[in-house]
Amino acid sequence: MATVELSHITKKFGSVVALNDVSFTVKDGEFFVLLGQTGAGKTTTLRVIAGLEKQNAGDVFFDGVPVNDATPAERDTAFVFQYYSLYPTMSVYDNLAFPLRAPGRNLSEAEIKQRVHEAAERVRITHLLQRSTRNLSGGEMQRVAIGRALVRRPRIFLMDEPLSNLDAKLREALRIELNRLQREAHSTTLFVTHDQIEAMTLADRVGVLRDGVLVQVGTPREIYDFPATTFVAKLVGVPRINLYDAVRTDGKIRVPDSTIELAAPPHAALPESFTLGFRPEDVQIGPDGDLTGQISLLEPLGVETIVHIRSGRHSLLSTVSGIADFSIGSEVRYRIVRERLHFFDRKTGHRLSLN
Amino acid sequence: MAVSTTHAPITYATRVDKVGPRYQITRALRIIVVLLYAVISLIPVFWMVTAAFKSRPDVVAIPPKVFFTPTIEGFISLLTKRVLLPPAMVEEYKQRDDLNFAERIMAERGQRITGPSQYGQRLVNSVIIASASTVLSVLLGVLAAYAFSRFNVPGKGDLLFFILSTRMLPPVVVTIPIFLMYQQLRLYDTHLGLILLYTVFNLSFAVWLLKGFIDEIPREYEEAALVDGYSRLQAFRKVVLPQAITGIAATFVFCLIFAWNEYAFALMLTSERARTAPPSIPTVLGTGGIEWSAIAAGTLGFLIPVIIVTFALRDYLLRGVTFGALRK
Amino acid sequence: MADIELKQVEKRFGEHYAVRPLDLFIKNGEFVALLGPSGCGKTTTLRMIAGLETVSGGRIILNGQDVTWLKPSQRDVAMVFQFFALYPHLTAWENIAFPLQAEGESRENIKRRVKEVAELLRIEPLLKSRPGALSSGDQQRVALARALVRRPSCFLMDEPLGALDADFRETMRSEIKRLHILQNATTVYVTHDQIEAMAMADRIVVMSQGVVQQVGTPAEVYHTPSNLFVAQFIGSPGMNLVKGTWADNVVALPGGNRYAPPDGWPAALHRGLSGSGVIVGFRPEAVQIHPNGQLAAGVYSVDLHGSYTMLVLEMGDDHSIHARVSRDAHFTVGETIRFDLNPSMVRFFDPKTERAIAHSA
Repeated sequence: MATVELSHITKKFGSVVALNDVSFTVKDGEFFVLLGQTGAGKTTTLRVIAGLEKQNAGDVFFDGVPVNDATPAERDTAFVFQYYSLYPTMSVYDNLAFPLRAPGRNLSEAEIKQRVHEAAERVRITHLLQRSTRNLSGGEMQRVAIGRALVRRPRIFLMDEPLSNLDAKLREALRIELNRLQREAHSTTLFVTHDQIEAMTLADRVGVLRDGVLVQVGTPREIYDFPATTFVAKLVGVPRINLYDAVRTDGKIRVPDSTIELAAPPHAALPESFTLGFRPEDVQIGPDGDLTGQISLLEPLGVETIVHIRSGRHSLLSTVSGIADFSIGSEVRYRIVRERLHFFDRKTGHRLSLN
Repeated sequence: MAVSTTHAPITYATRVDKVGPRYQITRALRIIVVLLYAVISLIPVFWMVTAAFKSRPDVVAIPPKVFFTPTIEGFISLLTKRVLLPPAMVEEYKQRDDLNFAERIMAERGQRITGPSQYGQRLVNSVIIASASTVLSVLLGVLAAYAFSRFNVPGKGDLLFFILSTRMLPPVVVTIPIFLMYQQLRLYDTHLGLILLYTVFNLSFAVWLLKGFIDEIPREYEEAALVDGYSRLQAFRKVVLPQAITGIAATFVFCLIFAWNEYAFALMLTSERARTAPPSIPTVLGTGGIEWSAIAAGTLGFLIPVIIVTFALRDYLLRGVTFGALRK
Repeated sequence: MADIELKQVEKRFGEHYAVRPLDLFIKNGEFVALLGPSGCGKTTTLRMIAGLETVSGGRIILNGQDVTWLKPSQRDVAMVFQFFALYPHLTAWENIAFPLQAEGESRENIKRRVKEVAELLRIEPLLKSRPGALSSGDQQRVALARALVRRPSCFLMDEPLGALDADFRETMRSEIKRLHILQNATTVYVTHDQIEAMAMADRIVVMSQGVVQQVGTPAEVYHTPSNLFVAQFIGSPGMNLVKGTWADNVVALPGGNRYAPPDGWPAALHRGLSGSGVIVGFRPEAVQIHPNGQLAAGVYSVDLHGSYTMLVLEMGDDHSIHARVSRDAHFTVGETIRFDLNPSMVRFFDPKTERAIAHSA
């Protein structure tokens, strides 16, 4: 296992800048998740690390040693792809054995067999080894793909949205298993996803990418509680954070065109106008609430209900546990948890530090 | 009854407007038209097969005979050289008891077999030339197609167009220059000469067809192999080739059919040693007049190898002509 | 506006049933979701209602009229597909106007109605663009507008949000629901995503392998699933289902746990179970962690989901259960915790029939 360091990596495709001066370090044994939307540069980052793509500027270090000129084979990483990761013309066993049979590895067939069986057991696919990959379900395929990465005992695992093609239930199951595997093996893993739940639940640390720029690096808790920008705030958390343009007047925070009015934090250096954010779970509906609104929509999800509350021209989201028994159009009282307000610069979207 | 989940996905559907009586009638009409078309296009083949087994008087009979006594006269004429016996000697020749089966049949027609014809040799030439040029075109084609599909070849678009442009010229236009060139290069009437020529003609077609197939194989497969420790060429051989097999088979058949059937160049550029079957079949001249049944027999013999190859590869072919439609 | 009635509607392909005979009555103005995994027959059912597919048996009645053998165009339904099916060479406006032009509406009428529907969906600024220049969410809005503009008696939607990015999906979900509340048009909505079905529908029809498993309100399918399939399929994650044995008024569960069912259940179990086997079902939020809880399990993983933490617990070997706890609680992997189950949220199933045991109140 190894540490990976990216130092000022820039990658262009023609005139398009895919990665712009990206630097971060993945510690030995760490599970690092790169989170971002399609086209943010997540996959490009992985491909640069694997050596499938050459950066235009900057350096990649494995264990402090630059690997800029090493071929993919020399870098000894394992890559799990989103699609097509299995060779359709080979059996599951041969798929797992394929990396071990690579020239230069010089393993005996007996040794290969032993390692294939070990890996198969860890991802629970021993019963599938003789099957053709054509008839596997999506979940089985991705297990085999992960098994194929494990079998090599590489220095670094690179995973490119390996779970995104699976249905929700399977994704959840495999996610928990992947988490367990990584903790057991203590392997350095770089995992790319656009799914914030995956990022939150798997990562030791999350790096948020946007348009080729690394916006924030932190633990899942830091990312959720202290998002660096409005972009990060919107990216994590379901349902989405409430964000409004707000103003500060006479020690109060007001959201124009609504009845939302909060006491401003006492010793805060808050500008006159800014973006106010608060998460739906911090909008608490109850008779003692100091704010009022009208219920415009209810989305009962079972474990909780998303309540859309209309306030002036705005609509804000609140979550209530269980299946809420409100009627659409009725008035409700609610309060917004003051300690958990987020303030952002209205122009740049950057978090305002109030201390 | 248990409902199995392993059923193939249901990809067809019956539309409501497809159950009325009017739909049933148009459906029946359509089937009739298709059948009619099939019959019309198969008549020449039927004609040829029957002609191959007809005796000399039957084959030229007017009106044509549908029912006749089959004979293998035509095949014997195709495969042998014969002389016409003087009428006086026919009876005596027929009485000889050292005649084999074929000689006996020909004796009935007053002919004596003097030796084998060149048909066999011509067919062998066709096999050598067609298969060698096909193998070469597919081999070069798949490598070129892979490069065009995966690498940033400078001037890729122009090159591809150039390759395609070789197909725009009617080949016959260049027969004379090629004939002269071949004489200088001593390629005239050689196997190598035709093999090279057919390879050049097929290559453009092969590159274009195969590039389409290879484009459809996701790059991730090779990249996975690269990361796993294989070189580019090894990845190509172990990962790309097995998946391109459908396309390769389809290309193979198309190239083979072209090389097998080619007539004009074979006629111009060969005379004896390297002559292939197509230009030689119509010249099967018998003793006195055109041997229609021999020509039909020759054509039949010429058809069979292609039919066998096509039949053997039919699964690949079907998938090949539908391109990616049936693949994931 | 209309109600839809399916009477013993079925679809067979040779020996294989895509949809087994099914009865369903959809009230005027109701929003009904057909929910199930791929291949369960939900889309086939929708397509039969639309007339895009024939029934193999049964009758479809739309607003009192038997439409079983009518063509799609004669049924006065509008369909929204997963892939927006917009004409790429027409502008958004022309796309929306297209069905009206087909009906031979007058120019002014077309203009007025397109404008109305564009306002409703808030797409006025997009009307001049072609689909290629629009985001996927906007394309689906235009597709919705095209369906709405015809004012059909009912809407049939086939996974309309399936091709959208996650954040668009959430917005469009509430938007479609808002539209439904405004227009109150009968809507049949096909989805494989239980969250969508729960959030949007008045009633959910859960299907699996061509068979209707349960019809009910979101609260009903969530809290009182009729069988194991529904229990597992609804919820994210699904209901925890733990196998046990029922004897001496106690359920023996894996890992040496013993669980005494809450009031009213022992009698029901005595009556309802076909053998001694029983499956205890409870939602992740029914787990109440308590130092003196009657159940114990080891912590397998601790996943922060933002506003809450999801624990995966291991009760005996290979029996993992989910527990939803406060994000501020602290757990370490490997520790054993004790907990109780919220008595009103415990359900029981017969492992042989896979059906829920009815509670005797």
